[in-house]
Parts: sequence; C-alpha cells; structure tokens
Amino acid sequence: MLRYILRRVLFLIPVLLGVAFCVFTLLYLTPGDPARMVLGDLATDEAIKEFRDKEGLNDPFLVQFGNYVYKAVVHGDIGRSYSTKRPVMTEILTAFPYTLKLSAFAMIIAILIGIPCGIISAIKQYSWFDTITMIFAMIGLSMPVFWLGLLLILLFAVHLRWLPSSGFSTFKAMILPSAALAAQSISMVTRMTRSSMLEVIRADYIRTARSKGQKESIVIGVHALRNALIPVVTLCGLQFGHLLSGAILTESIFAVPGVGRLMVNAIMSRDYPMVQGGVLFVAITFSIVNLLVDLLYAYIDPRIKAELK
Amino acid sequence: MADNNLMLDIRDLTIHYETDSGVVHAVEGLNLQLGRGESLGFVGETGAGKTTTALGIMRLIPNPPGKIKSGQILFDGEDLLKKSEAEMRRIRGAKIAMIFQDPMTSLNPVMTVDKQIAEMIRLHRNVSEHEALKQAGDMLELVGIRRERMHDYPHQFSGGMKQRVVIAIALACDPELLIADEPTTALDVTIQAQVLELMKKLKQQFSASMILITHDLGIVADICDKVAIMYAGRVVEYGDKRSLYANPLHPYTIGLFRSVPDIDEDVDELPVIPGLMPDPMDLPTGCAFHPRCSMAEECCSRERPEMKELEPGHFVACPVRARMLGQA
Repeated sequence: MLRYILRRVLFLIPVLLGVAFCVFTLLYLTPGDPARMVLGDLATDEAIKEFRDKEGLNDPFLVQFGNYVYKAVVHGDIGRSYSTKRPVMTEILTAFPYTLKLSAFAMIIAILIGIPCGIISAIKQYSWFDTITMIFAMIGLSMPVFWLGLLLILLFAVHLRWLPSSGFSTFKAMILPSAALAAQSISMVTRMTRSSMLEVIRADYIRTARSKGQKESIVIGVHALRNALIPVVTLCGLQFGHLLSGAILTESIFAVPGVGRLMVNAIMSRDYPMVQGGVLFVAITFSIVNLLVDLLYAYIDPRIKAELK
Repeated sequence: MADNNLMLDIRDLTIHYETDSGVVHAVEGLNLQLGRGESLGFVGETGAGKTTTALGIMRLIPNPPGKIKSGQILFDGEDLLKKSEAEMRRIRGAKIAMIFQDPMTSLNPVMTVDKQIAEMIRLHRNVSEHEALKQAGDMLELVGIRRERMHDYPHQFSGGMKQRVVIAIALACDPELLIADEPTTALDVTIQAQVLELMKKLKQQFSASMILITHDLGIVADICDKVAIMYAGRVVEYGDKRSLYANPLHPYTIGLFRSVPDIDEDVDELPVIPGLMPDPMDLPTGCAFHPRCSMAEECCSRERPEMKELEPGHFVACPVRARMLGQA
C-alpha cells in the first residue's frame, strides 16, 4: 500500500510539469501586456520596459519557462503577484481555507441529502417519493449555479432577511453559498446512489442475504449499501475535486474570498505568476483528492485492495 | 397422500409475474409432495417455473412484479403463505435453506466468507459473534475448505470453492429442507462431480430433505429418490425415481429421455421434442403440452389434465396415457 502511495505521489511530478507548461504556453499566447495592466494606461514607455525586463518578460519563451521551473523547484518560490506584490504562495494559502470550507460544506450537504434520498428512491422505485426526488434532482442538475445563487439571495437575503447575501466569515453567511454550490452535487449523488442501488438490490447476493432470514433493514443497509456506494464514492471524490479547484461562479456571486475568485481576478489583470501558481495549486489538490478517493475505494472494495498490493 | 410424514405439501400453487406487457404464468396450479428425509429431483426446461416454485417456498418472489395468486404451501403442516414476514424470517435459513444457481454472484463481494456464514448462525442461534465465527470455520472445514482461508473474500476463491461456501452457509443452521437450485450448472464438469458428491454426503450427515432443481436427468438419477417433471408451470409426472426412469409415462417425459444420448447406440441425430416451450404469457388451453404432443387428442386442448396414480406412487397428468393403461 505504501509503495502504491509513493508511486502515485511520484507520478505527480510529470503531471505538474505538464500542467505548468500548458498554462505557461497559454498565457504566453494570450494577448494583453501585463506591464500595461499593472502600471496603467498613463505609464511611460521606460517604466513599461523596466517592468518587462525586471520580470523577465522579454526573455525567450523557453528561458522564461526554465527560470520559472528552476525557481519553483530549487527555491520553492513561485513568484510574487504583480498586483499585490505579495508572494503568490501567501495569497493562495490565505484564500484556500475559504474554498476548502465552502467545498467541504457543500460536499457534506450533498452526501447527507443525496445518499439517503437515493437509497429510498431505489427501494421505493416508482413511488411518489421517487418521482418527486427525481424531479428535484433534474431541476438541481439543470439549474445554473449563478441563477440559483441569485434566486437564493433574492429570497433569503432580500425578502426574508434571514441570511446575509455575501461574505463567508460567520456560519450564517456560509449557508447560502454552500447550498447553491451543493445543488448540483446533491442531484448527482442522489441519481448515482439510486441507479447503483437499483442494480445492487437485484443482485444474487442480496437474495442470498434474504434467504438467510436476514432483516430487510440489514439486507439494504449493510449488504446492499456497501456495494452500491463504490461508484458513489468515485463521484463524490470527483465532485469534491471540482469544488476545491475553485467554485468560481459561486465565489463571485457571494463574494467569498476563495481560490476561484483569486484566479478570476488574476486572469482579468494578467497577473501571470498568480494564474500560474493558482493553476498548479489546483492541479495538486485535485491529484491529492483523487489519490485519497482511490485509497478509500480500496478500503470499501477488497477486490481493489488486492490489486494495490 | 395426506399423511403426517409429509414435510412439504404444495397444493394448487399459482404464481404470476404481472408485467407491463402481460401476465407471465410462471407457476400454474402446481401440486407437489415431499416426505421427510426424501430428496426430490425437480426437472424441467429453462423457464418451466422451477426456480419460481423454489422462491415461492421461501416466500422470496420479487414483488412487484411477482405475486403468489393462490394455493397452499404446507410445511410441517403449516401454510407458509399465511405466515407473517417476521415468522418467515425465522424459517428462512433455519428450517428451509437455499443454495443458488450461480456461486460467482451469490456471495457478497465485500464481506469475508466467515462473516457471511457467521451471519446465518447469529441469526438463528443464540451464540456470540466469536462463537459464530468459530462455527463458521467448522462449516468451512466440513465442506472441504481449509480453516486458514476463512478470512478471505469471495473473489479469492474459485467457482467450485465458492459453491462450497454457499453450501456451508445453507447448512450452517442444520435446516430440515434444503432447496438446491441448479447448484452445479455454473461449474465445470469435474468440479460438478465433487460438489454433487459433497452434497450427497452432507445430505445424509444432516439428514435433511432436499429439493434438487436441475435439467440434468443424470444428476437426478445419482442423488434423488423421487422425481417431478415440470412443464410450463405444472408438474406433469411425479414418482419414485426407479419407476419413473424405468417406465416414463407422460409424453413429455418420454421425449425428454429420448433426447438424452445413449452411449451404446450410434445415432446421427437425437430425436427432439418438436416445437418450443409455450409463451408463458399465453399458455395453450387444456394440457399445456398438447401442441407439441404426438399423442394429443381432441380433448387435450379442452380439459386441463389431473394427476392420476397410474402405478403405485407414480403420478401422471395425461388422460390419454391413463386410458392406454386402462385406468381412465
């Protein structure tokens, strides 16, 4: 198992190099001069030339990339933000807790609502509960998060005045953004749990469990659920990875100072080091979450554990 | 036949599957008796309703779409169809246990085998988890699997060994009746022989009655005392193995025996029963076999034949044959 983890971590190196190269190339090809954006329209040509020289923007492409990788690997330095002048690492680490909290909240809501709803829908297939749940899941899945977010603000913040419309400092302020962000995940988790459960409860080993005289609650809750959860865990992992990589729209609407908003602002202002660092960070978190999901998978399914050895 | 020595007495059992495209007549007015300690071979083509009957006895017909429409299943003189779900749970596993067809999918893939056996023991015997696991190990040894392997998962076993585990689960609580639904169909021939040998031995050791569902007449000859031939949801012939094999009376049974190759005879083509199994959504009137039957007469399409005892202990549902034997 340890060897497997080590191999996966080592595999991160080429992934990160690849990601860095792609982002670097894209930024290099993107029109717009960061010097102009940072210094403003009134800046003199000398000032701009000086900025470009200092940041190495006049160097050939590969030299720029090489310098970046060299500094990152040897000094652990991924540059300073053009606009705030603070180290990129500091900026990201300030923003990340907000994103982490938001994503974790959304994920917990999705699991707590999605899995029970999915199970009940499956065992009571075609009942009114199932129909209503599936309708809601369909709505949740097709409703864009920015629209749902605005509707939530309109209802709970403007009309009812129960919850604040923005920010993320108090528990109350966290409710609306988490709910808006969770909507799609709830729907996906519900639908996945339902379909996976429907498949499993028709399996022969469920019939075996019943033929032992086992109680229906244990047949479903123990025998069926653990098998049905395997694909749901994958889905939750992927979802969590996505949420962590910055829920850009949600963070923008509710003014949550997370990684997503940080990156949007960085892209707008051509803050190259910030964008670069942000994307790398997202790639790392995504890979780590995936690794954790794979390990969890092995814990649930012994057949996979055998393969990992 | 209404003596007290009967363990299982199924009377006029009818089970339908009500689907969107129509009603499937899986079991239609089935009668069957099984004495204590006997083993019955339950033979018929795929789709004849054998598995449905077995699941009906266990009251495990998936509902919807399946539904037991009418009849009685008397087990030790009590009607299982009148039992509550809680009472049935105490019977399943403890008194009637079932071995399923496909060992590959009959075990829970995420549970070690000792836990799956112990689950059965814990449900029906008042023992601790520790004691149940110990007994699970004993059961594994009994079916010929080394004790060290008790903490393994099903995927670590071969097909034949998985079926041994399934047998160990079924026998764990010393059931009075064991229903084996094609226990060897999914296994290859050499393993089949081992598993059958094991079942024969254990059946005697546990002195359980057994219903063996199969479409292999050879297996029945090897293991069973009684044979019931099923066609399109009904038993058409029922009797002692010897008299039925020596003298098959129902035209369908005769057809079945003819289609088994004989090692001493050199034939290019086996005689087959013409036609196909009837569509269970639209069974023929009268005797369900009459459209394929070479001996069918006009009355066969009108009246549903009753079982008649044509030889001592040998029942046949065919009026034409009854008349031939002078017992109409």
